[in-house]
Order: sequence, then structure tokens, then C-alpha cells
Amino acid sequence: MSALETAAQLAAPAVSIRNLRRTFTLKGVLNGVDLDIAPGEFVALLGRSGSGKSTLLRALAGLDYEAVGSGAYQVPERTSVIFQDARLLPWLDILGNVTLGLGRAARDSARATLAEVGLAGREHAWPHELSGGEQQRVALARALVRAPELLLADEPFGALDALTRGRMHDLLRRLSDLHDPAVLLVTHDIDEAITLADRIVMLEDGRIATDIRVDLPAEPEPRAHRTLALRAALLARLGPTPA
Amino acid sequence: MAALPVSAPAPAPPPARSPTSRPVNRVAGRPAARNRFLAPRSVRGGLLLGPALLLLYWSVLSVNGWLDPRVLPAPWTALDAAIELIRDGQLERHLAVSAGRALAGLALGAVAGVVLALLSGLSELGGYVIDGLVQMKRGVPILALIPFMVLWLGIGEGMKISVIALAVFFPMYIQVHTALRAIDIRYVELAETLRLSHAAFLLRIVLPGALPGLLTGLRFGTTAAWLALVVVEQLNATSGIGYMVTLARDYAQTDVMLVGLVVYALLGFGSDLLVRALERHALRWRRSFGR
Repeated sequence: MSALETAAQLAAPAVSIRNLRRTFTLKGVLNGVDLDIAPGEFVALLGRSGSGKSTLLRALAGLDYEAVGSGAYQVPERTSVIFQDARLLPWLDILGNVTLGLGRAARDSARATLAEVGLAGREHAWPHELSGGEQQRVALARALVRAPELLLADEPFGALDALTRGRMHDLLRRLSDLHDPAVLLVTHDIDEAITLADRIVMLEDGRIATDIRVDLPAEPEPRAHRTLALRAALLARLGPTPA
Repeated sequence: MAALPVSAPAPAPPPARSPTSRPVNRVAGRPAARNRFLAPRSVRGGLLLGPALLLLYWSVLSVNGWLDPRVLPAPWTALDAAIELIRDGQLERHLAVSAGRALAGLALGAVAGVVLALLSGLSELGGYVIDGLVQMKRGVPILALIPFMVLWLGIGEGMKISVIALAVFFPMYIQVHTALRAIDIRYVELAETLRLSHAAFLLRIVLPGALPGLLTGLRFGTTAAWLALVVVEQLNATSGIGYMVTLARDYAQTDVMLVGLVVYALLGFGSDLLVRALERHALRWRRSFGR
């Protein structure tokens, strides 16, 4: 914990958001969000439906050109986004989707990244030939091959079944340790947030209301205790109605 | 819930099936051959069935003498005429001229249609200027423009190819423009987050996304090209299939007229097959109802 915090204080934050406001959006409003994310830090953003999670993420991704608002934020130039749907272009094969916009020079690193997500040998398959989990792994490869300093993920596992989701958690954790981007993961799944994140923040009334370090101990028993305590605390904050 | 008896005297017989429950019979190991809702799988050469039936009907009518040869000659009379025309080189000459006109008009009209649809679909000003004009023109049939085209361009090849190009342009433009409007906004967002260049956006997202519409436009455009060809070739032409037919009409050679008609039909049918083959190849990434 202290190591991480020192690192965060020494290095300039990867993401810095100051008093961000978004009104008249379709989904949720932001009412003055302040948030810093250190380089390499994995942050999960929780909140009820309509709390503005996606609005915040879309703002950081530069996709809120229709929103009205104010405030400032700073994100690295190399920012990758993973959407809830894999969003693969159906007319490009897997390799073409991963290297989209990068040119032929990126083909080798794309093959390597596809191997990392367990899709070696499927480079020339069409997207519709892949399962939902495989398609989302292609989306992950497409994000990682760009060596992002920030990875924005908007409920990337929401459409997957529980078993596939568990495997994707392991994969994302492993690859984010390996490539070490800062991650902002939007989710409504408390367990997902605890499993994956270094830090959990929660949006309430358009503001960051909760900011907790996860710090799961390595030993199984204290780990289970900490997980339970965190879940109880977060559930209480999310309120009686499940998100 | 009641506690289970520890030692049951005898296993109870399974409850009788309720009489109202009707089991669905499925033969084990034999999966349903196909989805009931999918369009029938295409059979090689299946498209020839209709024309073959028509030919059969026509032959029967001719053999029995129910069809006056002055109204419509028998198929074999037309075949004889065709062989004669090929032997003295007339058919090839006229066909080459006609095909050249059609292809030139098709190429010009298709390129213009795609380029203007892109301009109008991707830029706001282009949209206002071009689309308004095109929509207004839709109400005016191409053939009604011919007198003006003659006035402006004369009666030479330039006018003929321009009329064909114009006839191809409209279906092409409208299909591509509609397809552009239908491109998924999610792909546009993706392009934004991947910071695609304008060229890559056009090449990797816009054009492939509009490709189904482009190919539909090409099919309509090809048909339109042949139609326009027939009309312009009867206007002061000195060569081409249309000229051949007009000449034959003046001499009441119904068999030659018929050959001209069949050639038009074959050209139309053949070019449609060609565009469809192109479509199947270009859209092989798609899983769709029609297949």
C-alpha cells in the first residue's frame, strides 16, 4: 500500500480529473468528479445504474461530444477502450481487427498479443466464427497491442456467462500486470471489482463518494475475511436496491 | 417439506404421465436437417429453371402451330438467324459496340454514384447540396431527359454513354447513400477510440460498411444500363444491337428482332449473375438469411 502511494505521489498521475461536470447526458450526470489514477494502478468504478459510471468513462474516452459540461481531465495519449460488446468489424478477420489502424508493421506484435489472450492460430477466422468470450479476448488484444498507458473498460464482461467471466478476470489481471497500464474498469459487479482492482471508487450523486484500497492479503484465510468485509461495506454503500 | 422415509417398503411406481402432456417426437441421432425459417439453400444452376420452362412452353406452342411465326418465330428459327448473323460477323460487331457502350456508361455512372454518395454522406454541406438535387431528380424519369441530352450533347457516342451513365448513377447513389447512413454508430466510436486516420476510417469502416449497398446499387445499375442502352441505340445509331433490331423491324425480319431481344436478355441475365458472384465473394464475412 505504502509503496503504491509513494509511487503515485512521485510520478505524475496517469489520469487526473478535476471537477468534471456533465449534464444533459442520456445516462447519468456528473456533478464535480475529482479522481487521480496512478500509472499502472487498477481502479474499479462502481455505482448504481444511471449513476454516471459510463458517462465518466465515455468522457475520458473522448466519446462524449454531445454532452454538455465543464471541468478538466487529463488522460495519456495512448489510451485504449474496451466496450461491453467486443465491437469487432465483421468484414475484417481477427488479425485485421487487432491491427486496425496500425498498418502491416504491427502484425507480428498482434500475433504475439493474440497468443497472450489464447487465440494463437485463429488470426484468419472471421469474428462471427468466435464465441462471445473469444470475441471479447480479441477486443482485449486489440486494446493491448497499442501498448496503452490507460485502459478504459466499460463493463467488458457484462454479456458473458459466469464461467467465461471468471476466466476473463484471470486473463485481464494477468495481462494488466504484464503490460502494466493504468486501468479504469466500470462495473456493477462488486465481486468483480474486489477480485480485479487495486482500488475501488464509487459514484454517488455524480461525485466520487467512496474510495477504498482493496489490499487483499495473500494468505487464503485473511483474504477471504477481507473480501467479505469489503463486499459488505460496498453493498451497504450501494444501498438496499441491487445495482 | 416432509421428511423422507428412512426405509421404504418398496419403490413406488413412477407417477403416470398426465394425459394432457404431449411429448414432442424427435428421432435420436438425427438433428433437424435445417432451420425452418432459413431461405432454401441454392442449387447450382437453379436459376436456369424458369428460363428453361419458358423455352419449353414457347417450343410447344411453335410446334403445334398455335403461334403465328409472323408474331413470334419458333426458337429454332431464331437460332438459325443467330447462326447466320454470327457467320457473317454482324452479331459480334454489334454486340461489341453495345457492350462497350454499356460498360463505359456503367463504369462512369458507378464511380460518380459512389463518389457523390460519399461526399454527400460524409460532409454536411455535400449532404445539403447533392442529396437535395438527387432527391429532386428522382421524380424525373431518365428517358424524359433524352431530348435535352440530345440538345446538349448531340446524337453521338457522348450522348449515348452519358444517358447510360446517368441511368446507372441514380440507383448507385441512392443505395450507397442509404448504406452509409446505416453504418453502425458503434463502429464510428471505435474508430474514434483507435484514433484512426480519415483514410483508414474511409477504407476500413465506411467502404466495407457500405459495400452491401454498393453491390445492390451495382445490380440495379447494371439493369438500368441495359435498359438505357436499348433506348439510346434506337436513336440514330449506326451500329449496336439496338440498331440491328431497328433495321430488322424496318425489313420485318422478326427472327433478327428476336435474336436482338434474346441477346439483350442474355446480357442482362449474365451480368446479373456476374454481379451476384462478386457479391458472394465480397460479402463472404456475412452470415445472412439469404446466403
